Amino acid sequence: MESRTLVHPGIIADESPSTRDPTPVRWALIGIALAFFAVFLLLPLLTVFAEALRKGWGAYLAALTNPDALAAIQLTLLVAAIAVPLNLVFGVTASWAIARFDFVGKRVLITLIDLPFSVSPVISGLIYVLLFGAQGWFGPWLQEHDVRIIFAVPGIVLATIFVTFPFVARELIPLMEAQGWEEEEAAVVLGASGWQVFWHTTLPGIKWGLLYGVILCNARAMGEFGAVSVVSGHIRGLTNTMPLHVEILYNEYNYAAAFAVASLLALLAIVTLGIKELVERRVHRHSSPGSRENES
Amino acid sequence: MVRREGNSSRLKRFSVLPGFAVTLGYTLAYLSLVVLIPLSAIGAKTLTLGWEAFWSAVSTPRVVASYRLSFGASLLAAGINVVFGLVLAWVLVRYRFPGKGLVDALVDLPFALPTAVAGIALATIYSANGPIGEFLQPLGIEVAYTPKGVLLALVFIGLPFVVRTVQPVLADLERDVEEAAAGLGASRWQTFRRVILPHIAPAILTGFAMAFARAVGEYGSVIFIAGNVPMVSEIAPLMIITKLEQYDYAGATAVASVMLVISFILLLIINALQGWMQRRRGAGG
Repeated sequence: MESRTLVHPGIIADESPSTRDPTPVRWALIGIALAFFAVFLLLPLLTVFAEALRKGWGAYLAALTNPDALAAIQLTLLVAAIAVPLNLVFGVTASWAIARFDFVGKRVLITLIDLPFSVSPVISGLIYVLLFGAQGWFGPWLQEHDVRIIFAVPGIVLATIFVTFPFVARELIPLMEAQGWEEEEAAVVLGASGWQVFWHTTLPGIKWGLLYGVILCNARAMGEFGAVSVVSGHIRGLTNTMPLHVEILYNEYNYAAAFAVASLLALLAIVTLGIKELVERRVHRHSSPGSRENES
Repeated sequence: MVRREGNSSRLKRFSVLPGFAVTLGYTLAYLSLVVLIPLSAIGAKTLTLGWEAFWSAVSTPRVVASYRLSFGASLLAAGINVVFGLVLAWVLVRYRFPGKGLVDALVDLPFALPTAVAGIALATIYSANGPIGEFLQPLGIEVAYTPKGVLLALVFIGLPFVVRTVQPVLADLERDVEEAAAGLGASRWQTFRRVILPHIAPAILTGFAMAFARAVGEYGSVIFIAGNVPMVSEIAPLMIITKLEQYDYAGATAVASVMLVISFILLLIINALQGWMQRRRGAGG
């Protein structure tokens, strides 16, 4: 197959002449696709790193070790460390209920789980302001008891949990539905307990999908901007996450420092995409070897 | 041994697997606590406004202009994504070329890259001395800090949707149908228009709707490049933030509720489209 592609560049081996696009069309389409790719995907990514290093490595490291930057990194890690495990537990629990049992209203439930994806991030923040803000439903009660949620860390955590809510569940539900539940039923009939069934029968089959869901959830938790921006209050060193710190530096025309912090988030995105590639390769090798040969 | 067909009056079919009550109970409780109850705050707050207050908040020229820009630019961006998304999906499924693996992997970048990072990168690229902006400037084309910048950011953010919905459907398409069409004398273009396009149309529509829905609510990647000039380049989510900063909770909620209703209608349309797609794929093989 390899040698044939060398003879006919741009042609996939299994096609017959009758379904092959004319050569000029091929090159034109590949050209358009690559140009679009370069301008819309590659250039923004390269710009982040080029701008971050514009003033040299010294300035880059100084921007990252600045106390406010370190506080932002810490808060971002803390928020992800709370939001991701909570949504992981929810995702696994919801997929077990949805993919292992038939019940009335299942499709409605799946739609409701997807709901946070179709809500604007700004609105995701607004709902917590309406609940816990000074003029909100619980505002007076919270003030009386001296509990701060809005313009404080708890608000940021809540907004992040909301926007990352569907990630794990939406990866796992289709995966577990596709697998069926015969093996698990067999394990139960043979006397395994619920936990044993999950650890030894279910988990090995879903671990890669689970990993992918968690990685996506984490990327969004660390990178969320709109929702967090509404509830944070932008207090430097206290309620600034990394994306909010990027915004402050950028608005102060401190571009090199803004892009330095942004480059960490861009690295996170690259790692996320790398793990996604790895997981997809594993899943395809396990489920249907060779079925996607055309694509790679 | 295992009784699969339960009593038809029961809400749940019988299964030997344990944990139904616990997992469904937890799912419903967590869903209500995290999503449903907080979201209902918007509805409840909107209902307390009264029609006059609601209408005066959403009908000011500045808010109407922001709706027009958000929905107009999102529609246009989703349309651009259909064209280029289709080309990308086609090239990734059908052709072989250097760098294909990288292109395929980076298509998801807009999902993975935090929106604020994308926002400052795009604003830098298209500003007057940025790598693309400096070439557009002499031609008299200004992108950054204009509605064109908003459009550009929305094209970026919606890019993966059409590619990722069309790609698997295109890969599943049997080549014999195309060969049959060619054998019956159809040109390559006729085959594409009459055979391939109808087959991938539901996927294209789904991708379009998803890109549109995402673009309407987008904030982070747009805000840096938009310039945020009242009546010209302010998007609807920014109006919510502006009203919140003035402690006008009622106004912010009114603007948000209009967006929410439209988002929910879009969600229902996307669900219906996906159902249609599954049925077509199931029936057509």
